[in-house]
Amino acid sequence: MKGISKRFPGVLALNNVSLTVKAGEVHALLGENGAGKSTLIKVLGGIYIAEEGEIFIEGKKVTIDGVKAAQANGIAIIHQELVLVPYMTVAENIFLGREPMNGGFVNIRQMTQEAQALLDANGMNIQADALVGSLTIAQQQMVEIVKAISFNSKILVMDEPTSSISDKEVEFLFKTMRGLTAKGVGIIYISHKMSELEQICDRVTVMRDGEYVGTKVVSETNKDELIAMMVGRELTNYYTRDFQTPGEVVLRCGHISDGKMAKDASFEIRKGEIVGFAGLVGAGRSEVMKCIFGLTKNYTGEIEIEGKKVHVHNPIEAMKYGIALVPENRKAEGLYKVQSVKYNSTIEVLGEFIKGIFVDSAKEEAITQKYIDMLSTKTPTQEQLIGNLSGGNQQKVIIGRWLATNPKILILDEPTRGVDVGAKSEIYAIMNELVKKGMSIIMISSELPEIINMSDRVYVMNEGNITGCLDRTEVSQEAIMQLAAN
Amino acid sequence: MNKAKVMAGVKKYTMIIALILVTLFFTWKTGGKILLPQNISNLVAQNAYVFVLATGMLLCILTGGNIDLSVGSVVCFVGAVGATLMENKGVNVWVSILVMILVGTAIGAWQAFWIAYVHVPPFITTLSGMLVFRGLSNVVLQGLTVSITNEFFVKLFGGGADCYVPDFLGGGEGLNLTCMIVGVIACAVYVIVILRGRMARAKKGYEMEALAPAMTKMVVICLVILAFTYKLAQYKGIPTALIWVMVVVFVYGYITSKTTVGRYFYAVGGNEKATKLSGINTERVYFIAYTNMGFLAALAGMLTIARMTSAQPTYGQNYEMDAIGSCFIGGASAYGGVGTVPGVIVGAVLMGVINLGMSIMGVDANYQKVVKGLVLLAAVIFDVVSKKGGKN
Repeated sequence: MKGISKRFPGVLALNNVSLTVKAGEVHALLGENGAGKSTLIKVLGGIYIAEEGEIFIEGKKVTIDGVKAAQANGIAIIHQELVLVPYMTVAENIFLGREPMNGGFVNIRQMTQEAQALLDANGMNIQADALVGSLTIAQQQMVEIVKAISFNSKILVMDEPTSSISDKEVEFLFKTMRGLTAKGVGIIYISHKMSELEQICDRVTVMRDGEYVGTKVVSETNKDELIAMMVGRELTNYYTRDFQTPGEVVLRCGHISDGKMAKDASFEIRKGEIVGFAGLVGAGRSEVMKCIFGLTKNYTGEIEIEGKKVHVHNPIEAMKYGIALVPENRKAEGLYKVQSVKYNSTIEVLGEFIKGIFVDSAKEEAITQKYIDMLSTKTPTQEQLIGNLSGGNQQKVIIGRWLATNPKILILDEPTRGVDVGAKSEIYAIMNELVKKGMSIIMISSELPEIINMSDRVYVMNEGNITGCLDRTEVSQEAIMQLAAN
Repeated sequence: MNKAKVMAGVKKYTMIIALILVTLFFTWKTGGKILLPQNISNLVAQNAYVFVLATGMLLCILTGGNIDLSVGSVVCFVGAVGATLMENKGVNVWVSILVMILVGTAIGAWQAFWIAYVHVPPFITTLSGMLVFRGLSNVVLQGLTVSITNEFFVKLFGGGADCYVPDFLGGGEGLNLTCMIVGVIACAVYVIVILRGRMARAKKGYEMEALAPAMTKMVVICLVILAFTYKLAQYKGIPTALIWVMVVVFVYGYITSKTTVGRYFYAVGGNEKATKLSGINTERVYFIAYTNMGFLAALAGMLTIARMTSAQPTYGQNYEMDAIGSCFIGGASAYGGVGTVPGVIVGAVLMGVINLGMSIMGVDANYQKVVKGLVLLAAVIFDVVSKKGGKN
């Protein structure tokens, strides 16, 4: 791709961007949210048409003016959100739109056989006649990959494929990717996780604000250099954390279980502490927190808040006890996308400015502004629709919403997922400020570096049980993985 | 002003602009007849039920694009019960009104229970209600028409020949003074509320709308109010039904925009999971929306039988469609979480003007339906397309 420019009303989304991918390499595409990665990929995939620029495949200039043209040129894209039909079988999904026909009818047997052959050839332990809805997320991703391969793709684009699968599954994904590159497929790999670059990528191209910044060979560069390229400045203190001696115990949980994902979790949190919860996806971390926040009706076990035994029946009660929970999936569980920043900021504390039929809208704005300032959220006005903000700023609004409830214990479930590097660093600094003021934070995260750098102590979970607690002095990636994988 | 600002303004006031254009079109086509005082007055009286039902429907739609198909049948059933009580059983008029309200609200609660707590899809629940209460209306009325002779009831709900607020001030021929005074008072109250709001903001140092556009907006709105009341005053004054509509519009406009419960409707429609996570009882929000719909259907039922001075088993047919159409034309989102009471009123007025204009022009009733259907589709297409444009 050479000199690609794409203009949207009011913004130049891509400005003279070039990208070269060699056959058989994994080429990482890095950049903060809004840097133009997705737009570039969409131009390649024929979803957007660029105003300027040319695309060459194997030295030949091609015109990509639609998704069909992209497919015909051997380009396949695996989107971050999987696009499979859950009520159809694996084979039906793979051949969707180009089913093998037999006199006007779909030849189901042939289709299933061909799909199974493709799956087997790539070492995937999936039945072609299984319903896609019954597969795990990781398996569904494999189906997407097989579907892409079945187009005889020369270029495969993967948009954050590891954001929702566990480490074991990531390993298998990487193995599959290596198999593909060995066959000469060029892979464009988009990810926010720096650690993955070293493992799987050969070269990396960095974008910023819709412009090309540079291309590096992964083995000849390092994380700090790449981050500096992404943010355009040196990030000296990526993690901000002033460790202090924690105070008395504010929350003690004994043998928490929801009878399903969470089996036996006992732990305690002290005042002014950040406690990390590590583990693989599905280890039951979020489920334990849901019990504490009153979202699970019939949990068993004990919860003690500041020495008092309580049973939390619903989130309203949890808030009264001083607990707040920032959920894992911002889009599905946090945002009111079509509403303003103001609405999103104040929905938990309506009682503070609405008394019966009287509304103190000045107070409403004051509350909103307080948290915009405190978290340095970037929004043009309070009336801006939250859906128009970047992921990092959306997350700040959601964190502000819960801070407004004045919690003593703040539970952050994957607080930096889908948040760009600059905003991540800011969120860490905010967490540091909060615990300095005496708040206690529980942070669930699948990103080990942030767990290790931010936490006073780390609890590790595996299959619903807490398998260990690591002190700040003992914590390391290896130690966590050992407890997490068992 | 730059182009982007103008475009944003056009987008914000699309339906008002459409309403003005449509009104101008019919003024031209009917030779100005549509603006005659009598026609303006009729526009309000004829469409009172639409305003009331559309307001209730908005709450249902806000919760996630859910509609209530049963309202037409409920309107008919409530009317049938009331007429039978008042006329055939000789029950006191106040008792009858109370019974009608209770019946409507109970029907709403019945459907709301299945929707909110058993999670039966609203479409199915209210489709059932539509059949059940249409059938029961026939049973109650035994397939006959019951005339309403109780004058008090008819007057109270704005029906019959003399359905106007009497002129207390005894204005001269051709101008109802009370009506004019009410118009002037309405303007004054509006101006005071706006100015006080601005002053409060200025005092606390918050930013506010620039003075010039705010003033322009205020003047335009006052002129519209005065022109409207002047037209009404030239005819027979304020239609009684207008009072009911105004009360409903103000109360529900306030509830949806200012109260805690009002915000919960938007929250449930915007993101139900997030709302649950906030500890808000989402089931209760659904329950309130549909119970309230029954309550407003009862009010619409009373307005309908008063206007017709009778109850018939066929009343209320397609009322649900008028209400739903008004909501979507007025900018409510078919996916929930978006829509306002003023918007819905503009939508309902737009439909009303189109109806009235075509009737005056003598367009065949069947073609009127065709036009209404296409307008609804056009409004939603515009909504969908303009949203798509905004996303990129």
